[in-house]
Amino acid sequence: MRNLFLFIWRNYFIFLFFILESLCIYLVVQNNYYQHASFLNSSNQFAASILETSANIKEYFYLKDVNEKLAKENAELRGKLFVSFALTTNNIRTINDTTYHQKYTFTSAKVVNNSTNRRNNYLTLDKGWKHGIKNNMAVFTSSGVVGQVKDVSENFCTVMSLLNSKTTISSKIKKDGSYGPLSWDEGDNFNTATLHDIPTHVRLAAGDTIVTSAYSLTFPENIMIGTVENFERKSGQYFYTVKVKLSTDFKKLSHVFVVNNMMKDEQEELEKKSESDTKNNQ
Amino acid sequence: MINTILRNIIRFIVLVLVQVLVIKNIELGIFINPFIYVLFILLLPFETPKWMLLLIGLFLGLTIDMFYDTIGMHATACVFMSFLRPSVLNWFSPREGYEYGMHPTIQYLGIPWFLSYSAILVFSHHLILFFVEIFRFSETPSTLLRVLISSLFTLLLIVVSQFLFNRKKEEE
Repeated sequence: MRNLFLFIWRNYFIFLFFILESLCIYLVVQNNYYQHASFLNSSNQFAASILETSANIKEYFYLKDVNEKLAKENAELRGKLFVSFALTTNNIRTINDTTYHQKYTFTSAKVVNNSTNRRNNYLTLDKGWKHGIKNNMAVFTSSGVVGQVKDVSENFCTVMSLLNSKTTISSKIKKDGSYGPLSWDEGDNFNTATLHDIPTHVRLAAGDTIVTSAYSLTFPENIMIGTVENFERKSGQYFYTVKVKLSTDFKKLSHVFVVNNMMKDEQEELEKKSESDTKNNQ
Repeated sequence: MINTILRNIIRFIVLVLVQVLVIKNIELGIFINPFIYVLFILLLPFETPKWMLLLIGLFLGLTIDMFYDTIGMHATACVFMSFLRPSVLNWFSPREGYEYGMHPTIQYLGIPWFLSYSAILVFSHHLILFFVEIFRFSETPSTLLRVLISSLFTLLLIVVSQFLFNRKKEEE
């Protein structure tokens, strides 16, 4: 026993190294597999306040771009207002409309931290659970999809960007509805992504629009993702692999929307229930 | 002694701020990711106890992780780098050993010594960092390319900063 202690004492450096290294690896692995709010990320108060100051300063340089974009969006929304529709017929009946009810709510947020040049990119937004943000909510801008909320603190949240090796978004080709998973693969840069498993009978053309599909629990349907840049069929496969040019400019993100799917819990519960039923029957 | 500690604390804060506020925002594509903050570990005094080296590496890594949202990755790389440092210093030690009061800088030991010393440590740091980041071996060629190019850029920044820093010292 004494010899053992002596041995450890003599080689304490190596032992300490292994202990610390396994601690680090543990942190990495835990963070990879569990999506729970961890303390040491940029949504904690200290890091976030520094990053927020820096983002505030940077924001001034993009004021013009942001203004233009807002003005454009305002114009678009104004076009959708009731007053801008001319009455074309007198045959209109008013219905007290209970067939529609709200499924999504939107929160606008500011990006205080962003990256595009790593294999796994994340963003930090200035809204947290105080503002109703929860895990796994979808994030997008007026130009397209941005990502999915990963961790939430009181005033901030971190978002797993689309530019992340762990991203998969269920998406479809707008013109005929064939769908497949979109991911950010090796060889993609900050304005491309890859869409997999598109059957070869689909007549693809460069420039076709890719949008989110209805099968996603987080994203509303028909949010713009990008356009087809090129596509190929690898030998021996019955599917196209499509390179998608993203419509969101990830280098210029400043204001984004966070989507809350109000029926998500209901749907999830139901799906879980039928899944466990099938399991029990087998 | 207190002077050395104070100087290292200031260097720590400055390097972390430079890394997360300046270099993090300069995005030159996914192959060029310099991490100049490792200069802090390179420049620690020769007399730093080995256990302290590891703890400093852990602390530095976790601080950077906090800003990069990569919990544990930079820490893993930094601890590994701190672990290698004593052995690398031994390999490259001059025949008479290091004199008391020397610092591991270009100024004291010359460019060839400093370059080979920092190249090995920076490369090992980046190697661990990028492989832990991707966490799989299927993308090895492109990951290796990222390691190589990023290491070169980090080295370049480190050497340039050393020249700026040293000149200031001579004027004092």
